[in-house]
Amino acid sequence: MDDSWRAADDWRRARGTFLALLGPGSAWLAVFFTAPLALIWLYGFSESDRFGDPTFVPTAENYERAFEWVHLAIAAKSARIAAEVTAISVLVGFPVALGIAFAPARWKTPLLVLVMLPFWTNLLVRTYAWIAVLRTRGHLNNALEYLHARATVAADALGLPGLFGVFAPLDLLYQESAVIVALVHLHLPFLVLPLYAVLERMDRSLLEASLDLGASQWRTFRAVVVPLAMPGLATGALLVFILCLGNFVVPDLLGGTDAIMIGNLIAQQFGAARDWPFGAVLSLLLLYATFLALWLRARLARGRAT
Amino acid sequence: MTAAPLDYARRAWMKAVFAVAFLFLYFPIAALIVFSFNAGTRGVAWEGFTFAHYVKAYGNAQLHEAFVNSLVVAVVSAAMATVLGAGLGVGLQRFRFSGRAAFESWLYLPVAIPEICMAVALLAFFAALDIDLGLPTVIAGHVAFSIPFVALVVRARYRRFDPELAEASRDLGASEWQTFRRIVLPYLAPALAAGALLAFTLSIDDFVITFFTTGPGSTTLPVKIYSMVRLGVSPEINAASTVLIALTAALVVLASRLQGRKALAP
Repeated sequence: MDDSWRAADDWRRARGTFLALLGPGSAWLAVFFTAPLALIWLYGFSESDRFGDPTFVPTAENYERAFEWVHLAIAAKSARIAAEVTAISVLVGFPVALGIAFAPARWKTPLLVLVMLPFWTNLLVRTYAWIAVLRTRGHLNNALEYLHARATVAADALGLPGLFGVFAPLDLLYQESAVIVALVHLHLPFLVLPLYAVLERMDRSLLEASLDLGASQWRTFRAVVVPLAMPGLATGALLVFILCLGNFVVPDLLGGTDAIMIGNLIAQQFGAARDWPFGAVLSLLLLYATFLALWLRARLARGRAT
Repeated sequence: MTAAPLDYARRAWMKAVFAVAFLFLYFPIAALIVFSFNAGTRGVAWEGFTFAHYVKAYGNAQLHEAFVNSLVVAVVSAAMATVLGAGLGVGLQRFRFSGRAAFESWLYLPVAIPEICMAVALLAFFAALDIDLGLPTVIAGHVAFSIPFVALVVRARYRRFDPELAEASRDLGASEWQTFRRIVLPYLAPALAAGALLAFTLSIDDFVITFFTTGPGSTTLPVKIYSMVRLGVSPEINAASTVLIALTAALVVLASRLQGRKALAP
């Protein structure tokens, strides 16, 4: 129990202050958060009339539609993309978090700030930045063209003209890979920070013991560091996964015509398709999936603590 | 050179990983900023330094309007969220009541749920009430998602408040209001400032909720950038993006300064 109970007043002793403090904020959230969600929940059981306006029937049709193959396929694809982004973030983020945790003390804060800074850069700005890097005449193709030209000159000098052929820019944008790269870029800090927090607190003597007992660096990493880092790793990975799942901006701007994720499907229902009841169901299902993941995480954390 | 055990940071492969990771994190943003000053318009080759794109972006009436809207929304929503969130933070810390744990979970819910769910819910809500979308609807949404963050920050500071200070004030004859005004409020000031800055930054940066709750004439900078990006790459977008980056960076620096002072405060 936290010490706040010690200082806590009984609300009945100061009803006026209690209401003045908690009332307005609660009212705002009730009106502009809870009420809209409740409305969406009702819309889930409604059907749209011919003008696209929802009328409460009630019907389970929207839920049935959500579980049709077309939509399940999009959900599965979103989950796969989110899982791939999470896996890549772990592969990139783990060494980075480890490096910062073991860096000399004076380097830690600057390095953490460096990881955090892109996080404070706007989502749209960062997505746009990737367009400039990946497009046909973008920075990456530009660099490749330069390397190609150099290689061709070298090949000519070696008496092998035409070895590298004519440069053709790669199709990097409007692909699933572009979506994955940008999503990793957007979410890497969410993985590095919780991971760093556990690695920083880790008992170093356990690692020394492992090494003294003859385990290799790799084995120490695998058998000691990774299990100890598990809580932070799970938190970070879960955050990345959940945040990717609902993202619609990145697939919208960087993905190809088939790059539709759950977020896009939801956005479409509230935009061009104008099928609000169906969109409501989709967003609720995404919400439930998020709660399920958070609940699992909390359960796992409790399991470890006992 | 052999590195000591555990000295991961000094290993060559670790340095290589760092270099690649930071190149990955910073190259796109750095390129975006650098090319906002590029004289060429084709975008890939450097053709000399210029401020022309900034001048052009400044002269773009819609972009200009979006920038002003962003500031208005951020200032108003941060102010409102600070007042409402601070009340919740203080109230939660000070009072015990049945269902407090459940109330707290409810309060922090907007942080946990996917942004798009809250965005479409707000859109449906405003439509159902026949409320025209515009700056007020955008602000209402921004206040709602900022409140929990302010409450968290304020509560964390109020937790360390010595209740004996308030008791002493009351014993000396101060009313409840005077005690709050003269003792509690000054103590909370750094947290209020930090919370307000956080709310301001979240608001300036928000795209998803704004996108669904915005109407004609109430476009914010991120939403405007989105519609420009859909039409293609232009150095003007680079300039507008750089302004947004600079603005957020300034806010983050200001916030970290404030945190530093908070650490020094009693």
